[in-house]
Amino acid sequence: MTHIPDISAETVLRLADEQRRSLTGRFRDQLVQAIYADAEAIARRSVKPAGTRRWDWDQRLDRLVTSPLFGLPLMLLILAVVFWLTITGANVPSAMIAEALFWIEDTASAWFTAWGLPWWVTGFVWHGVYRGLAWVVSVMLPPMAIFFPCFTILEDLGYLPRVAFNLDWLFKKAGAHGKQSLTMAMGWGCNAAGIIATRVIDSPRERLIAILTNNFAPCNGRFPTLILLATVFVAAAFPPAFASVAAAGSVVMVVVLGAVFTLVVSALLSRTLLRGEASAFTLELPPYRRPNIRRILYTSLIDRTIFVLWRAIQTAAPAGGLIWILGNVTVGGQSLAGHIAGSLDPLGVLIGLDGVILLTYLIAIPANEIVVPTMLMMYLGVGMMTDVPALDELKNLLVGQHGWTMLTAVNLMLFSLLHNPCATTILTMWKETRSLKWTVVGALMPLGIAFAVCFGTATVARLSGWV
Amino acid sequence: MTGDNCETCPAHASLAQMGIKIDRFDRVVALAGNPNTGKSTVFNALTGLKQHTGNWPGKTVTRAEGGYEFAGVRYKLVDLPGTYSLLSASQDEEIARDFILFGQPDCTIVVTDATCLERNLNLVLQVLEITDRVVVCVNLMDEARRKGLEVDVRSLARDLGVPVAATAASTGEGLRDLITAVAEVIEGRVQTAPHRVRGEGAGAEHIAPVQRALDELAPWIERLAPGLPNARWVAMRLLDGDLRVRQALLDGELTRIAQRQRQAVQRLSRKIALEGAQ
Repeated sequence: MTHIPDISAETVLRLADEQRRSLTGRFRDQLVQAIYADAEAIARRSVKPAGTRRWDWDQRLDRLVTSPLFGLPLMLLILAVVFWLTITGANVPSAMIAEALFWIEDTASAWFTAWGLPWWVTGFVWHGVYRGLAWVVSVMLPPMAIFFPCFTILEDLGYLPRVAFNLDWLFKKAGAHGKQSLTMAMGWGCNAAGIIATRVIDSPRERLIAILTNNFAPCNGRFPTLILLATVFVAAAFPPAFASVAAAGSVVMVVVLGAVFTLVVSALLSRTLLRGEASAFTLELPPYRRPNIRRILYTSLIDRTIFVLWRAIQTAAPAGGLIWILGNVTVGGQSLAGHIAGSLDPLGVLIGLDGVILLTYLIAIPANEIVVPTMLMMYLGVGMMTDVPALDELKNLLVGQHGWTMLTAVNLMLFSLLHNPCATTILTMWKETRSLKWTVVGALMPLGIAFAVCFGTATVARLSGWV
Repeated sequence: MTGDNCETCPAHASLAQMGIKIDRFDRVVALAGNPNTGKSTVFNALTGLKQHTGNWPGKTVTRAEGGYEFAGVRYKLVDLPGTYSLLSASQDEEIARDFILFGQPDCTIVVTDATCLERNLNLVLQVLEITDRVVVCVNLMDEARRKGLEVDVRSLARDLGVPVAATAASTGEGLRDLITAVAEVIEGRVQTAPHRVRGEGAGAEHIAPVQRALDELAPWIERLAPGLPNARWVAMRLLDGDLRVRQALLDGELTRIAQRQRQAVQRLSRKIALEGAQ
């Protein structure tokens, strides 16, 4: 049965436009007012209000948590506690897992040798691919298993929207959307997840800003690098009792610096390429809820930890193989890794790093998690990724044999914070923007900033005679 | 009483979670609601899935789908992004709005937070303008009780003109009422008479010009697409200058929806004529 209308769609639209023009006041405002009035009347009839004691408690807490004076310091304190728990809590389990996994490697490779398999099979499979896996699991699993549940507790409590509330004015000043602070917080977990979360931002302009700057929230894959450097270089300068606090403090400082870069770059973008006003939005502060322990464990361990770990494993295994090849195929008496690092060295030194670090970041494009082991492998020249030796040994290795200075450590932290996003994040940018142009900007702009900033600190440090 | 009767009686019907095995389903149910009302918890409780839940607005930014089986009928449940309204053009609101309008679910559940019902009703009232097949789920009843709030579900259902189920999804309380109400709305055992925005009390001065314009325009839309259940809402969107709805009207998408709706009504009345209404 088909119906042939006696009026065309065009006519209806013309009628609608005539009506629109004749309306006084904005139609939507009038309609919204009417909806509000109905909602209020219906709610009044069906909800019997309670006493006010509990609300008081919620409100009093909110006044403290979102107060102009205490809000931000409290937030930094909470952040520092989370990092401190992660740093101190992850050490022992990390070492235990590493020991177990590397024991498997030793045993299995011994068997391979005993069975008479060629050395390169044993090397590629066990010292390449498997070692890549073992590294990522032992370095990442314990910190994630602590960091993600902490983060989920804050999320379940209802603290995250309050963070957005506290930071709203800053983002507004930068011409960006206040909800960008939420997507930034998601970025600390994983930048790809943070970029997907920008869908909550209505305005395409502000959403793009949030996508392009999410990279400045250091993700879980980069924390091991930051934590290692903080422990080896910063904590070492403090008495042992304060070492872990100092390490956590310096990681928080890097995170705060990342937020500063987020704001500055957002402000620059919204005054140049993505010009426009910040749009207003309503943010609901949900009631504080008692976290549900079972759900927290499930969400943070299964959904997040295992998910991120699995992704890291998928990229670490081939990267482990590649590293082994680069370290073991020799041309003219030097390994491929040595050749490439040598040619990158002038550029690296210019920005206060070295060729090995730059090559490491090239190899680590698929996953930032393998930065530390790859770097150590190349410094030790063992042709395979290696376990972190005792921390003072590590410092001796880096400072004594490879000419590291405090500048190298500081610039590596900066580079780790600012450099290009990982492959997954770049892919997510493409999926979300569907624009080659913005994906390229999102990948190369941070890299440019990282080079510029590191060149700046290196130049200042050299001119002032600090190094 | 025979076994057959027991199987069809909702009180004895069994709920089976189907997870993501939804390649075959009989009915589509959409799950809408404000952010942070426990919508994902309702979704997980019904489907047995582990969609991420968390206490912050806006974490469900994509559509999630799952299934459940109730009284021998397989339902596909579509979890829409949480939104405060359906009036703006942000991506999450558009996903939710487009699915309710163009996806034509057999029923839409609007999950609300019992502790702040008034604010949540804004969305409910907007959904009721789009579709008459709605069940309102007043969730977080346990939290409301802790706060000493009392929600009169019957008064609410009377005002809204659609079934209302009080639930506490984290403990499973009231979920059976919810899916029973959904089944009843879909099978036509419950007739809904959705509330139309009328600007009660102080809203009167605001609704008058709106109402005049709607009265003028809606009949024409009904003539263009007879059987369209939400001509009034389409008129609202046109008066608000909604480009997506304009386009849908121009390329005949809305007319096709109206046709499908008419055919479904005819099928249902034929079925009732043959088998008798339950």
